[in-house]
This record gives sequence, C-alpha cells and structure tokens, in this order.
Amino acid sequence: MRIALAATCIADTMFPGAPSATVRLLERLGHEVVFPRSQACCGQMHVNTGYYDEAVPVIRNHVTTFAPVADGEWDAVVVPSGSCTGSIRHQQAMVCRRAGLDDLAATAEAVSAKTYELSELLVDVLGLTDVGAHFGHRVTYHPTCHSLRMLHVGDRPLQLLRAVDGIDLVELPEAESCCGFGGTFALKNADTSAAMLADKTANIRSTDAVVVTAGDYSCLMHIGGGLSRQRAGVGTLHLAEILASTREDPTPLPSTRTTEVAR
Amino acid sequence: MSTFLGIPGIRRRSGGTSDGGTPADGGSTAGEGPFGPVPHPDEPLRWGDAFPAAAKQTLANDQLRANLGHATRTIRAKRASVVGEVPDWEALRDTGSAVKEQVMADLPDLLAQLEENVTARGGVVHWARDAAEANRIVADIAKAKEADEVVKVKSMATQEIGLNEYLADEGIAAIETDLAELIVQLADDMPSHILVPAIHRNRAEIREIFLQRMGDAPEDLSDVPRELAMAARAHLRRKFLSAKVAVSGANFGVADTGTLAVVESEGNGRMCLTLPETLVTVMGIEKLIPTYTDLEVFLQLLPRSSTGERMNPYTSLWTGVTPGDGPQEFHLVLLDNGRTDVLADEVGRSALHCIRCSACLNVCPVYERVGGHAYGSVYPGPIGAILTPQLTASSGGVSGADDVNASLPYASTLCGACYDVCPVKIDIPSILVDLRAREVDADRGRSGVDPWKAAMKAASWVMSDGGRFGLAGRAATLGHGLGGSDGVISKAPPPASAWTRSRDLPAPPKQTFRQWMAAHERDANHPDANHREANHREANHREANHREADGYDLSHSRAETATDRSRRPGGDEGERTEGRR
Repeated sequence: MRIALAATCIADTMFPGAPSATVRLLERLGHEVVFPRSQACCGQMHVNTGYYDEAVPVIRNHVTTFAPVADGEWDAVVVPSGSCTGSIRHQQAMVCRRAGLDDLAATAEAVSAKTYELSELLVDVLGLTDVGAHFGHRVTYHPTCHSLRMLHVGDRPLQLLRAVDGIDLVELPEAESCCGFGGTFALKNADTSAAMLADKTANIRSTDAVVVTAGDYSCLMHIGGGLSRQRAGVGTLHLAEILASTREDPTPLPSTRTTEVAR
Repeated sequence: MSTFLGIPGIRRRSGGTSDGGTPADGGSTAGEGPFGPVPHPDEPLRWGDAFPAAAKQTLANDQLRANLGHATRTIRAKRASVVGEVPDWEALRDTGSAVKEQVMADLPDLLAQLEENVTARGGVVHWARDAAEANRIVADIAKAKEADEVVKVKSMATQEIGLNEYLADEGIAAIETDLAELIVQLADDMPSHILVPAIHRNRAEIREIFLQRMGDAPEDLSDVPRELAMAARAHLRRKFLSAKVAVSGANFGVADTGTLAVVESEGNGRMCLTLPETLVTVMGIEKLIPTYTDLEVFLQLLPRSSTGERMNPYTSLWTGVTPGDGPQEFHLVLLDNGRTDVLADEVGRSALHCIRCSACLNVCPVYERVGGHAYGSVYPGPIGAILTPQLTASSGGVSGADDVNASLPYASTLCGACYDVCPVKIDIPSILVDLRAREVDADRGRSGVDPWKAAMKAASWVMSDGGRFGLAGRAATLGHGLGGSDGVISKAPPPASAWTRSRDLPAPPKQTFRQWMAAHERDANHPDANHREANHREANHREANHREADGYDLSHSRAETATDRSRRPGGDEGERTEGRR
C-alpha cells in the first residue's frame, strides 16, 4: 500500500521517535510511506481550546495536504495518535461547517474516511496482529482516552503488543482512567491535572514495568514527565516504537528521564 | 465569614436545625470543626471561586479525596455490572436519546398537553419563569395552608432555586427527608453530588453531624450505617406524620396522562407524596416525556445508571388528585429558569435531555479528585459543567471571561467517560468544546492583552503551513541543550511553570522528525543506503533511482518509491521525481 504519514505536530517537533518508528515499521511490512511536507498540525489544540477561527487555517492546511488520499493517490493516511485521528474524524468538518466552509468540510470528511490511527491501520486495514516485532522488556499499556472512547480502538493495540516476541506485557490497574493531560487542561487546571497524574503514575509503578506505552505521545509526555519527576525508573515508548523493534534492530530502552529515543 | 470551602458567606442555610438547634449551630467558624457551617450562597448556580482555584482548595482536603475515591469506585463498579446485564442497553440509550430529542422539538405543545391533563385530574398548574417566581408560588401555597414546616423529597430543581432558604426567610422550615440530603442540611453544608449529596462525608463525620445537630440522636450512636439510618428514621418519622405540606421535584412528567413520577430508594419520598394533605411539585420543564409508555425506557435507564440497581425500591406515580386517597390538593410548578435559553441553542440544548442520574459524575476523573463543591453550583461534574454555564448565561450565549462559570467548560480533559455512560447519550465533550468556542468568541471584542489569545493566534500562523512549521521545529531543536545532561527541563518560567511544578518536560530533540525523514529518504535513495559515505553520490541520486528500477532488493525499492512520492510540489525537498509505476 501507499500510505501517507501524518506525523502530528507534537511528534514532529518533540517526539520524532513515534513517526520514525511508524515509517520503519510500515516499510518493514512492505509498504510505501509518503511524508507530505506541507503538513503541520490537525488543529486539535485550537479546536479543543475553543479557538475555532484560528483552527480553520490549520485544518485547511491539513485537509489540503492530505486531499490526494481522497483521489486515490494514496491508499490511506496513518496517524500515530488517537487524539489527532479523533480530531480529524470528529471535529475538522464540524469546525469548517461552522465557519461556512462547506466544500472544505466535505473534503475533510473524504480525507478522514481514509485516515487511520496506527493500530486501526495495522489491524483493520492491513489485517495484521503479529508484525514480527521483538521487544524483550516488561511493558504496561495505557489506553489513551481518545483512542479508547472517540475512536473505539478497543483491544487492537493490545492484540498487537501480545504478538510481540519477548515482551512481558502486564495489565495496568485502572487503565481506562485519564492521565490528566487534556491538552491545555494540564496548564489551565494544573492542580487537578497533577492529582490525576499522581494516581496514574502510582498505578504504572505498581506493575513493575520498565516501559509504559500508549498510542499518543501527548499523553506519554504527561505521564513520562510525572515519572521522570518522581525518578520512578519507568520510561515511555510509543506503541510504534515497540512494534518497530526487531531482534536485528531493537528499539533501545528509553531514558527514564524524559527524553526521546533518537533513531 | 469565609469557610473551609472558601465559599463567601452570604446567608446561612436553615430549616434542618429548627428543632433542637445545638450550640455548634451558628457558633463555629472556618477550620473549627469537621463540618460547616457553610453559608448558603445567594446563587445556587454560581458561588465561590472560578474552577481552578476552587479545585485547588478541595484537592487539599485529603479526607474528601479519600471519601470520593472510595464512593465513586464503588458506584462505578455497581453500575458497570448491572448495565452489563442488559443486552439491549445501547438500543435503550438510543431510544432514550430519541425520546428526549422529540420532547425538545415539541416542548411547547407537550407542556400545554401536560397542563391540560393535570388540570383535568384536579391538579393546579403554575408557570414560573425564574427562581423568584417559583419560590414565591411555593411559599404562598404553604402560607395559605398555614404551614410553618414542609417536608421535602430530594429535588434538584428546588436546590437550583434555593427554595429552602427562601422558605426560611418566610418563616417556613423545609425539612429534607432524604438521608443524604438530611446530612447535608444538618451540617449546614451544600450538596456535592446530584444523587448522593453527602458523598463527600464518611460515616464518622456523619455520626458527628447527627450527634451535634440532629437534636434527638441517641447519645450512644455509633458509626455503623444501620444505626445512623435508624437514628435518621426516628428523627424523620415525626415530621412525616405532622407535616401539612410536602414539596417534591419530579423525575418525569407524562404529557399524555398528566402523571408525575418520583423514583427513590428510601421510602421517604413515598411518605411525603402520600401523607400530607397538600403536595407541591416543582418540575423543570425539560423533565417531560410524551407518553406513559415512554416510562418503560427511562425506568430501565435511570436506576441502573444512577444507583447501579436493577430497579429502584420506590417508584411513585400520581395523577392529579384522588378523592380520599393521598394529598387532596396538588400543585405543579413548571420551572423555566433559563431552560428556554438553553433550548434555543442547537448544540447546547441536549444538556436538557439530562435525567439527573449522575453516572457522569461517578466516572469523571476530574470530579473524582475535586468533588462537587469545586464546581460552585448545585449541578456539579460533567453535566454541571455544561448545564450551569448555560442556565446562568445571559440569553443566547456565555457571559464572558469575568463570570466564574466561564471556567466550567474547561474543567474537563475531554476524556469522554461521561458520554460513554450517559443513559440519554448527551455528547458532553462536544458541548464542552462548543461552550469554550462560544466563550472565546464572546471575548473577542474585549480590549486588553490575553496571553492565550495571542499564543493561539501565533500558533495558528505557524501551524497552518508546512514550511513555517518545519522552520519552527528546526528552531526548537536549538533548545536541545536546555535539558542539560539528562535532557530534562525541570523548572520553566510561566506559563510553562504550571507544567513543571509537577512534571518534567523533555528538552527538544536534536533533530525534528522531518529532518530525520529527509535523511532517511536520502539514505533510501542509495543502494548502500545505510552508509553515510554514500552522501557524496547525492548529486546522482535521481539517475541512480532509475538504474535501480528493476531487480533491486524489495525493501530498498519500496523505500525509494516512498521517497519519490514525497517529493511533490510544496515539499522542501525540491522538485518532483517521477519514480516507477
């Protein structure tokens, strides 16, 4: 398949490990990966903070960049983020319509119909659960809120993780509880956010995992930031970084202080 | 007077302490005891600080957090278990949602139908535009009956209008008969949950409240739940038998029969609804359902969602007046109090579908930590965050940044747990986002520098163009060294300090993804892709591409095609290269 990658703004600038792992994984599986360079951001931050007017040019840029998928130039768009996929699927067209941009809304819908979060692409579109990965460490999985409740990815990420050779996958208590990130919530309601994070990190630490993984680097930035502050000895890796790991080319364990895995 | 909850002291609640008021009543101040008095605010839908500051105070109350954590975990598990038993739960939710949508579409006609049917069965219907009108109607009825005491069924509508306080000012004591509501009233407190108003109290605190405030609690009262319940039962029984007037809310009003419905667990409601001679029911106009058979849907949805029970113990239905049986005078007060303004909003109106089950509170990770008082409204939690600002907004919008209720739509991470459990499928996260947008728009005309607005505008410019965004990312990598030896930023200036107070922040990486991708594509374009020495052949890469077109190893040829496809106009990698295919 020819698959266009929407890297997401936060991963492009702060966590390149997730999109680069997505590229390596999909290429290893025999697919073409295209990175359209006019992309920047899906507009989620602006939309969720209520700045619809400011979101419009951001959304227009995203939709225009990925419009070729609607014409069949690419087979799919993959996004290594549940919340960005959720925003693309459930918010972009709504914001365009509210701004009176019906044509752009229609294109946004056509693009979003072929846009998939990584685990959706692997399991639903490519029909894979075993991607031939190897990762020999104790891992726990945090299902991010938007992948769980906006996209309903269900146990797809867990199906993929269970098939990873060598992994010691342990269940996270109260896994479905939000980590407290919530975008600008983490700043606007920092005290409440920190209280939620404290419970999330306590549950992660109770698993004795050395890595916590998720499908969203935004949530992982929050969780990892808390674990790093606590010197918890637990690192964060995106789902793609574990699935891209092989015996021959293993993804190294991340620093337990908040850093990216440079590849 | 300020209180341990930081609620500005305006007016004392009263009524619950009317018999046997104790020395603690009126004497204690902030910090003196485990409970109240919490002065009752003038506005039951708007009190205290904005949410972030109010939450900061409640978060500091460890007992509160422990009580809430325990209570919400318990009720969440109960709900999940009984909802899981219903094979057609999703279909029930769809039906509940559809019925409520129908109600909102036909509200004027259905209300007229309800009035006609209640009147035909001997009831009296009153229309109240706002809290003041509703309170006056109820007080006038009680006075006409020469009642100085009324017994009450737990009711959110009467909380919303501050009825108890109004009646107290008129010399009428309103006695709450629901156990949890009684605890709140005796403690001179405010409710912190729609269904379990004393959820922030544990049984040791409740024992203290009863001993100090009830007046007739046994001296050897323990904190065993059964003993506490028996004490309340004995205390209330005299009230039921002596009261001439009862005041209730309504869970449902059935338009096609004029029937009212109250569901409850303790039987106190049944007592209030049947023993006194006069019954006054205050019902929000959105509580309508079109037909009696619609109850079938809601009586399945409500108890499972709220208390996690298959069926609530008491369901009371009454239609007008039945001679010789139950109240011989029935008044129905139909309350607007901002609801028609909410109805006018296309997105926000589905907040009126709410059947006050409180499932959204019990699953909300924010509510679980901060409790109900942080929301500064009798409607806390996710539903409160969308209902309160709409009910208190001036017509057709949100009041703007200087209204404390403007902070409520931001009191959520948009995690979506509330939407998943809502029995009538109110899309609370979407309404929260819509309310945020309305507030932002309402504030656009204001003068002065808003740092959020400035940041959002700048980010919009950068994030709407791949070239600008790429440059910004590249510039950010210059900050890689900010992290020091461990790559971590632990202390940042405002506004990032809000983050670094409790979390580290990663320093920007050495290279952005798009820089990595450019290098990856260059490498992929060479037969010996992984060798940096290949760089000197860069100039010939296009020629090389074509030479490799056939017979080269699979992984490389795929990577090459990926590269080719990315070299489209607008990309900063230069001209388009036509690859194979």
